[in-house]
Amino acid sequence: MAASTLTRKEQIARDLAHVPHKPGSTKPDPIIVADHVTRRFGGMTAVDVHHLEIQRGAITALIGPNGAGKTTLFNLLTGFDRPNSGEWSFEGTPLSRMSAAKVARSGMVRTFQLTKALSRMTVLENMRLGATGQPGENMLTSLFPPAWKGREDDITEQALELLARFKLDTKKDDFAGSLSGGQRKLLEMARALMTNPTTVMLDEPMAGVNPALTQSLLGHIEGLRDEGMTVLFVEHDMHMVRHISDWVVVMAEGRVVAEGPPTTIMQDQAVVDAYLGAHHDTDLGDDSLLDDDVIDQLEEEAEAEEHSRAEDGE
Amino acid sequence: MDWTRILTNVAGELFAPATAAYALAAIGLNVHFGMTGLINMGQAGFMLMGAYGFAIATMNGWPVWAAVLAGLIAAAIFAIILGIPTLQLRGDYLAIVTIAAAEIARYTVRSSSLTWLTGGNAGISGNDFKGSFQNLCPLPEGSWALGPFQYSNCLSNSWWLRIVGWSLVAIAVVLVWRWMKSPWGRVLKGIREDEDAVRSLGKNVYSYKMQALVLGGLFGALGGMIYVLPSAVQADALGRTLTFNVWTILLLGGAATVFGPVLGSLIMWAVLMLIKSVLRDMPWDVITSTQAEAFSWVLVGVTLMVLVIFRPQGILGDPKEVAIDGR
Ligand SMILES: Nc1ncnc2c1ncn2[C@@H]1O[C@H](COP(=O)(O)OP(=O)(O)O)[C@@H](O)[C@H]1O
Ligand SMILES: [Mg+2]
Repeated sequence: MAASTLTRKEQIARDLAHVPHKPGSTKPDPIIVADHVTRRFGGMTAVDVHHLEIQRGAITALIGPNGAGKTTLFNLLTGFDRPNSGEWSFEGTPLSRMSAAKVARSGMVRTFQLTKALSRMTVLENMRLGATGQPGENMLTSLFPPAWKGREDDITEQALELLARFKLDTKKDDFAGSLSGGQRKLLEMARALMTNPTTVMLDEPMAGVNPALTQSLLGHIEGLRDEGMTVLFVEHDMHMVRHISDWVVVMAEGRVVAEGPPTTIMQDQAVVDAYLGAHHDTDLGDDSLLDDDVIDQLEEEAEAEEHSRAEDGE
Repeated sequence: MDWTRILTNVAGELFAPATAAYALAAIGLNVHFGMTGLINMGQAGFMLMGAYGFAIATMNGWPVWAAVLAGLIAAAIFAIILGIPTLQLRGDYLAIVTIAAAEIARYTVRSSSLTWLTGGNAGISGNDFKGSFQNLCPLPEGSWALGPFQYSNCLSNSWWLRIVGWSLVAIAVVLVWRWMKSPWGRVLKGIREDEDAVRSLGKNVYSYKMQALVLGGLFGALGGMIYVLPSAVQADALGRTLTFNVWTILLLGGAATVFGPVLGSLIMWAVLMLIKSVLRDMPWDVITSTQAEAFSWVLVGVTLMVLVIFRPQGILGDPKEVAIDGR
């Protein structure tokens, strides 16, 4: 497992080695290609991306100060918002102006900065809802259980496997609304995976999650890459970004201002400027935090905390 | 106080056609609100479509099945017209548009320029549209008494109408029970909780909301037909008060439950009858029967407030679900 992880990560590093470290650089095997995407709110330009390519099978981090337009770009790419101009394609198919549901069905699935757990549904029902190809989701077919029970059993099996992987299997019959913030993030991610996506877009998957659960989240994200999925995620914390991403795209004031591998990106003058403009106290990385011992310890602490939270009824 | 008579009155309400009609309309509203989270403030409009569609088609010589179909189609078209502009927008738009559309429908059918079709202000009298339904009655002529309950077998407020009305309620309950437990119902529930989340999973939310709006409207239309069959079609009986009562019934019984709408209807009409009968029998003369009627409605309003404050999930609802919502 560890060996294959390394190979995969190394492989991607090799593919990206010759990509120039500048905004809008072309990638050897892009899965998403966007051109001239703009979105204005009143007089303010939230997104103004000239050219952006996302490498297939890699973990790309999208960073930038608050208000840089990261969420808006996510909304545009996934069909939740309409651009003022611009085109983009996913796996070679033009996606601009396609509905959010169709984008998801084409294999690009997202999560939200503000977690959208379906509170008054159980964890397992949340998961089942993510599944595709359930004939019982048709109004008339749904009245004849024999027509959909078989698929439902497969879906349930898939859901239980994923829940076990995300350590939520013991919660499967609880209402999603009773989970802690971190568990809800995990559930949202697991639910998105029920659609069998080729690309997952995670908007601040670590926000509001206690530091230790973050480590297992990072592990899950790396796991997705190792299964061959493309991951694009938004994050503020440079520790996290440096730890797991293969490539980093930096946005500021709606534009892509820098691109590069995580090891060198923070030395880029444009990035320093962007961050100094916003929060100058950003600590640009202390990797000792991510030692395996420290990670294990944090994880234990987090689990203990999750338990006590659950027992308090939160 | 004549308790035998009072309790007979109350028990009579429990299987009256109007109680079944309200139950059907509340079942429809439950598909909208309980299952999907759509706030339809014009369920009376859907009932009106059913009632007028059925009555007008019958007057034009259509057989019963075709007249029922006409009422259902009218309600479906009403739903689609309301749904197209509003279901893409935030939830409150549907509430505003449905309340307005129901009122527009009511003013339209009672307008004097449409008297030739709808009877205008006077409406459509029972004898003009009940015939074909009553002709289908398999029971012998005359009337029949079950204990203290004596009704005509086939005419107006009849046993036949009770059988049909409550059979429809039973069928609707079974269907909704099936739907709630199905993957289709699960998608609706997801939309109720957060439609963007459902959209992000690749479901066509707009289409599901439209299906729910039409389906709930069809139950409303059936309710409208049963509602007018004991007496006559009258536009003003199909107004805001009716919508308000249907909401009360749904919240009383418990939204998003299978039996809530039926239980709510039974309790509401039984309790109303109890209050009215008791007040009428009071030995002192302080309250006239009109006042008794009005007072019983005041009590309904107070009950609804108390309910929403102390048991927001209704009688059959799961308190845990509401607790989560309150976070
Ligand atoms: N719906 C909206 N209406 C008006 N302004 C918006 C809207 N959504 C985002 N913005 C503005 O667009 C800018 C970019 O926001 P956002 O994409 O959320 O940034 P980020 O996710 O990078 O923090 C911000 O200035 C924000 O205030
Ligand atoms: Mg954001």
